[in-house]
Amino acid sequence: MALIIDHVTKRFGEFTAVDQLNLRIPKEEIFGFLGGNGAGKTTTFRMLLGLLDKTEGKITWNGKAIDYETSNLIGYLPEERGLYPKLTVKNQLVYLARLRGMEKKAILQELEKWLERFKVPEYMNKKIEELSKGNQQKIQFISAVIHRPELLILDEPFSGLDPINVEMLKEAVLDLKEQGTTIVFSSHQMSHVEELCQFLCILQKGRPVVQGSLREIKRSFGKKNLRIHGDFPLDFLREFPGVVKYRRMNEGCDLQILNEAVSQDIFKELQGKGFIRKFELEEPSLNDIFIEKVGSSYE
Amino acid sequence: MNKFWVILGHTYLEKLKSKTFIITTALMLLLVVAAANFQTIADFFVGGEDEKDKIAVIDHSDTLFEPYKQSVEAANDSLELIPYDDSEDAGKAAVEEEEFAALVVMQMNEEGRPEATYYANNITDSFTQSVLEEQLQQIKVALSIEQAGFDEQVIQEIYAPVNFESVALDQDAKTLEEMFQAQGIVYVMVFFMYMVVILYGQMIAQDVANEKSSRVMEILISSASPVTHMFAKIFGVALVGLTQILLLVGVGYTLISSRKEELAGSFLDEVGLVDIPVDLIIYAIIFFLLGYMLYATLAAMLGSLVSRSEDVGQLIMPMIILIVIAFLVAIFGLGAPESTIVTISSFIPFFTPMVMILRIGMLSLPIWEIGLSIVILIISIIILGLIGARVYKGGVLMYGRTGSLKDFTKAIRLSKKEK
Repeated sequence: MALIIDHVTKRFGEFTAVDQLNLRIPKEEIFGFLGGNGAGKTTTFRMLLGLLDKTEGKITWNGKAIDYETSNLIGYLPEERGLYPKLTVKNQLVYLARLRGMEKKAILQELEKWLERFKVPEYMNKKIEELSKGNQQKIQFISAVIHRPELLILDEPFSGLDPINVEMLKEAVLDLKEQGTTIVFSSHQMSHVEELCQFLCILQKGRPVVQGSLREIKRSFGKKNLRIHGDFPLDFLREFPGVVKYRRMNEGCDLQILNEAVSQDIFKELQGKGFIRKFELEEPSLNDIFIEKVGSSYE
Repeated sequence: MNKFWVILGHTYLEKLKSKTFIITTALMLLLVVAAANFQTIADFFVGGEDEKDKIAVIDHSDTLFEPYKQSVEAANDSLELIPYDDSEDAGKAAVEEEEFAALVVMQMNEEGRPEATYYANNITDSFTQSVLEEQLQQIKVALSIEQAGFDEQVIQEIYAPVNFESVALDQDAKTLEEMFQAQGIVYVMVFFMYMVVILYGQMIAQDVANEKSSRVMEILISSASPVTHMFAKIFGVALVGLTQILLLVGVGYTLISSRKEELAGSFLDEVGLVDIPVDLIIYAIIFFLLGYMLYATLAAMLGSLVSRSEDVGQLIMPMIILIVIAFLVAIFGLGAPESTIVTISSFIPFFTPMVMILRIGMLSLPIWEIGLSIVILIISIIILGLIGARVYKGGVLMYGRTGSLKDFTKAIRLSKKEK
């Protein structure tokens, strides 16, 4: 059982926002969506939520279509803050959570717990407009998870947060996963996706260019990163066969190489040339894969 | 359905608690109390017996004063003429010191006709001035006729009022007095409708636009369908309106009925606000609710097209213009309820609520006409509701530069299933 996106296409007139997207998102996992602006992430999320109708294809959650019958099982954090500026945190969440089918008493209990967890219990009776952006985001996050959804959709949950709050939110996301929530999220920060997701998908112009488990994606990518720190000039490696990219660093260089074998050739070549302080072979970062696949830097 | 009530309840309570609601309601209540006590207030300002405007009169002819005093005071009992024996300059000084409201200096000219000069601190009070002038004119006419040697009998004959009676041949037609009363009630009802539709229409559009611009809309419609949301909002605001109206009408009715005796023959009675026919009230309520529904749906639809709440005014302009036209047709109809334009407009859905209630109030309409207009109105509401729901569904997700009606088609396209 899982969230299944079956050959889904969305067209706005002539423009195709999402093209034949075909994904299976396993239950109780965290699934990351990556892609540049206009890649179709938000459109995909809106179709998941039933806000937009699909042009073609089918989306099911545990075998059932997602519509307003199932909306109590779903939590959503939109890309932009979406709260009433003039309402207090309490009134706001009571209203939004009642719309997700919760009772007032349960809402207040849960809300207190969450505010406590985010170390902001004093915000209970404050108006949203009085809070900082980061704190508004915490309230927004609570509004998405307070009804303990089975499926949680987070559109750019960490944007605009300071590192401490990012950590706090990440921990909450991981806890929810532990408790059995299936989480779909998008982020600008590759490192967040790398840290949280077991499965991911990179979208470009509405098409998935890479998808699968993080480990698989990295392994099948083939290319590796090599970091060398030495006391002698390494510039000759720029032209070395099998080296894709060469970047000069303070204490040596960073290389991208075609495969593991190239590293052995380089290792032999370096013998006797001088003192080597570091020779490290690394898995490619998600950022490398993204740049390779999408053809340009993301940020 | 459950979520419908959550949204409705939230909308209602938040609006009720808002400062705007409390302040406007308080002001309106004040207005109602003032209107119910109109007579007392008017009496207070117009003044009682002893506060008549005193007019000093210097009569150089010695014959004019007595008849002039009689005719002026008969024509207007708030004026009192007092003979003034001092010089003209002293008289003017007395006026400046506000001892008198004005000074009139009269004499006979060479042809034996009366003439007068009127002195006052300012001559903006044209009413007093014209009364004084008119009465002198009459004395002049009487004097001239007398000098011409006509018999007094003949003069009285000339001035006797003509017999002119109006009889309506249609049995159901309203008597003149009823017509006048109906005009009063209809005017109040039409004006009321106009105010309410503009006020609450704007409130709905603004509310939807605010939810959209604060992006909370995306969360709302991921929890409940846009159609549920739209209608819950419309009914929620309607309840706010009803609360306000019941409060006003309740207070107004209690005030008026508790003093019914006292108010008989007063201003409020003359415009028919003391005894309103029951069927007219029922029709007014029906058209009022239907009219509200029609315009509220339109307002919600327009509000959903705006991305920034500042743009609301611009986009609901067409709606406001429709309401103003309806209002103007209704006001025109007060004077000519049977004209073709009024008859036709009463079947155009956006005009029906105001114009039909005018025709019902002023004329004796066959029931089928009323029924037909209600059916047309209900059908229009349903059609507009269906279109509105579509536009709303697409519109609430649309952001960017807005403010034109082109977005209308874009919103419909966005909500369309392309299969």
